[in-house]
Amino acid sequence: MKRFAALFEALDRTTRTTEKVAALAAYFRDAPDPDRVWTIALLSGRRPKRAVNTTELRTWAAEAAGLPVWLAEECHPIVGDLAETIALILPAPRRTSDDTLDDWMRRLLALTGQPMDLRRQAILDAWDRLAPQDRFLFNKLITGGFRMGVSQGLMTRALAQATGVDEATLAHRLMGDWTPDRIDFDTLTGAQDPGANASKPYPFALASPLERIEALGAPAEWLAEWKWDGIRGQLVNRDGAFALWSRGEELVTDRFPDLGPLRDFLPPGCVIDAELVAWSGSAPLPFAALQKRIGRLSLPKKLLAEAPAHLLAYDLLEADGEDLRDRPLSDRRARLQALLAAMPAGLPISASPLVAFDDWDALAAARLTARDRNAEGVMLKRRASGYFVGRKRGDWWKWKLDPYTIDAVMLYAQQGAGRRATLFTDFTFAVRDGEDLVPFTKAYSGLTDAEFRQITDWVHRNTLERFGPVRRVPPDLVFELAFEGIQASPRHKSGIALRFPRMLRWRQDKPASEIDTLDTLRALLAETQPPRG
Amino acid sequence: MPSEPLLTFTDRGICCPRGGFFIDPWRPVDRALITHGHSDHARPGHGAYLATVAAAPVIRHRLGAIRLDTIAYGERRRIGGVTVSFHPAGHVPGSAQIRIEGAGEVWVVSGDYKTEPDTLSEPFEPVACHTFISECTFGLPVFRWQPQAAIAADLNAWWAGNAAEGRVSILGAYALGKAQRLMAAVDPAIGPILTHGAVEATTAVLRAQGITLPPTRHAGAGIDAKSHPGALVIAPPSALGTPWAARFGPASEAFASGWMALRGVRRRRGHGRGFVLSDHADWDGLNSAIRATGAERVFVTHGYTAIFRRWLEDQGYDAGIVATEYQGETADAEAESDPALPGTME
Ligand SMILES: [Zn+2]
Ligand SMILES: [Zn+2]
Repeated sequence: MKRFAALFEALDRTTRTTEKVAALAAYFRDAPDPDRVWTIALLSGRRPKRAVNTTELRTWAAEAAGLPVWLAEECHPIVGDLAETIALILPAPRRTSDDTLDDWMRRLLALTGQPMDLRRQAILDAWDRLAPQDRFLFNKLITGGFRMGVSQGLMTRALAQATGVDEATLAHRLMGDWTPDRIDFDTLTGAQDPGANASKPYPFALASPLERIEALGAPAEWLAEWKWDGIRGQLVNRDGAFALWSRGEELVTDRFPDLGPLRDFLPPGCVIDAELVAWSGSAPLPFAALQKRIGRLSLPKKLLAEAPAHLLAYDLLEADGEDLRDRPLSDRRARLQALLAAMPAGLPISASPLVAFDDWDALAAARLTARDRNAEGVMLKRRASGYFVGRKRGDWWKWKLDPYTIDAVMLYAQQGAGRRATLFTDFTFAVRDGEDLVPFTKAYSGLTDAEFRQITDWVHRNTLERFGPVRRVPPDLVFELAFEGIQASPRHKSGIALRFPRMLRWRQDKPASEIDTLDTLRALLAETQPPRG
Repeated sequence: MPSEPLLTFTDRGICCPRGGFFIDPWRPVDRALITHGHSDHARPGHGAYLATVAAAPVIRHRLGAIRLDTIAYGERRRIGGVTVSFHPAGHVPGSAQIRIEGAGEVWVVSGDYKTEPDTLSEPFEPVACHTFISECTFGLPVFRWQPQAAIAADLNAWWAGNAAEGRVSILGAYALGKAQRLMAAVDPAIGPILTHGAVEATTAVLRAQGITLPPTRHAGAGIDAKSHPGALVIAPPSALGTPWAARFGPASEAFASGWMALRGVRRRRGHGRGFVLSDHADWDGLNSAIRATGAERVFVTHGYTAIFRRWLEDQGYDAGIVATEYQGETADAEAESDPALPGTME
């Protein structure tokens, strides 16, 4: 654990990428084998199931510290992180420990499902043996949400430096289904061939937001397609395996049984990059329709009929078992179309249509029709581009529609988390409905630290009421909010719910009497909802 | 017979109607008793000031020509209908708690205080009283300080490590108190100690009143990373990241404050290192200090007052809050104030 804690401290102390990568690479060279595998797992979002819930942790920690639980609860929003709060309030450890990260992780895994008394005793025992910094990490391992300020890409780069295996190969090897307690470092990073996993997807190529379209050069060098508002995924049909992976590297095959028929018709040895959408029969439905299916344990027939899954295919990454990612996009696209054309009609897959354009003005005009198609904008991909790993600027751009905006007033403020733990950053907003103010959304990003600081000062001076970490404030501060979509929501008092709401700017020039009304939102909702049935 | 309390809380600050004075008032008054020289306690514009002998030089240095009378620690003085005395608060050199006795009652106003001795400030002395008005800047159980010696060892290791790599170390610390505490705690054998002008001026005032401090050099024109490689530079936090600091090249930056106990604050500050060193009492210090007064009634001020009051009530105290005035701008370079945490000043 000490070596892992030292790594964490080194990463936490610097904001420089090169220093982070160097610290990680050093760790991957000299840390004990199973610890390295755990670290890769944690940094790529593979977290073991929670053995203890946060209420239990809080209660036990307060008990160990001889403090009332309410006091531990009050500390949490101020510190901004439960794992850290607990590490700080616990009394000094009476013992020490040389156990490794692997030892602690296996101990935690073994706790899952054990009776409460046993888990409690194990956690109290751990706290009593761990130094404060190690305790914080240990708590983080339990509560999850473990970020060390290192993206998976940086981790892969460090791993490449430490092993000599090239980054793209490593990225591919780290994809898919593996469990840290059942694989060793050499197998994972490729000293031995990990080929065992036939369903492994390729690392996704990601687009960057478009900056200046004039800088792209000749329009003829580019392909444009709609940027669909669904779930980006990779369909792998290889060596008898049939798997749908989401961009978050989650295996979601079972959640979309309606894609099953593809298994019988796709040629073996093919991997397709696509957008998963809910399908009307000829076009995608709004994201809200697909959302109804996400996170459901059971899929009633009615839902399958209302929102059937469909893949809009963008790219062909593998055909006849051959990796095509280094070929130009124009070739891959041609092969994709040929492959799909050879399949019978009526299957839940089709090529995502290209957007035809001769010049940038024509593309700009087409982009404005995106919302009518339930798309978020357009994608621009260089015809000569390979299918690269991660976000590499220059070849793929996303050109999204401008968001919807509305002026609203702040009603409640709450402290942020992590870096902004001591600032009020999470706000609840209201619009006017006659004499009333109706809260309709929360937002927590989009302002500068300086603005958040100024608002935090204001909140401290103007708190009307406190509910735990939440403060009610006078409805005086007006903000312009941006959002990507709007949908009806009977669960909300306002009757609506927004997609990706965020603060566009603080309207210090605008009094609260001039904010938008609930009718504005309702009108927007009516405008954007497709006719039902 | 109901009578007016010995101290009342007004929009100008803590008032003693019977004595006709205010303690650390934030708006101009005729007569002010000042606990110490930090700018959120010693403000300009009052008719007459009273402070300890050791606090006076810095207050004069800051406020210029004022009517300032001094008093020794423990000396009893009659003012109006009450007797006052000043007692060491251990916060910065010259800092005091103020004891007020009148009408058969004793109240103590803590000012800012710290229970751990720091070798420069007169060590904190508990003062028995009926009612204690305590600061609670760090009044949460997440704030518990390591002994100063442990922090000094970390500081020395950081400085020596940077010096070995040929890098200057810049340490952000408040000009009065923290800066001198740091220069006295580090190992001067590691390298030269340079100071920002604001720190140097205050240090000179303290030296002149007989406080022993290691040699420092004002980092004025011509002083930079080339002339003093591997130096430790002590500067107010506001000087970090400015053109003045740029002369030290790719230096390693750190900040010393109690707030550095929180990872979120450390990260937001963006300074490379955070050393958890405060001139305020930590959770255990606050609780032991309050207990030692024997007071039954406690008013809290500065910091997490609502939470700390509830905690004291749980412990059986009759507890209340002294409302303080939150200024729009709390960015006071001299105060241990996090701009995001108003009411948490030095
Ligand atoms: Zn203060
Ligand atoms: Zn102070």
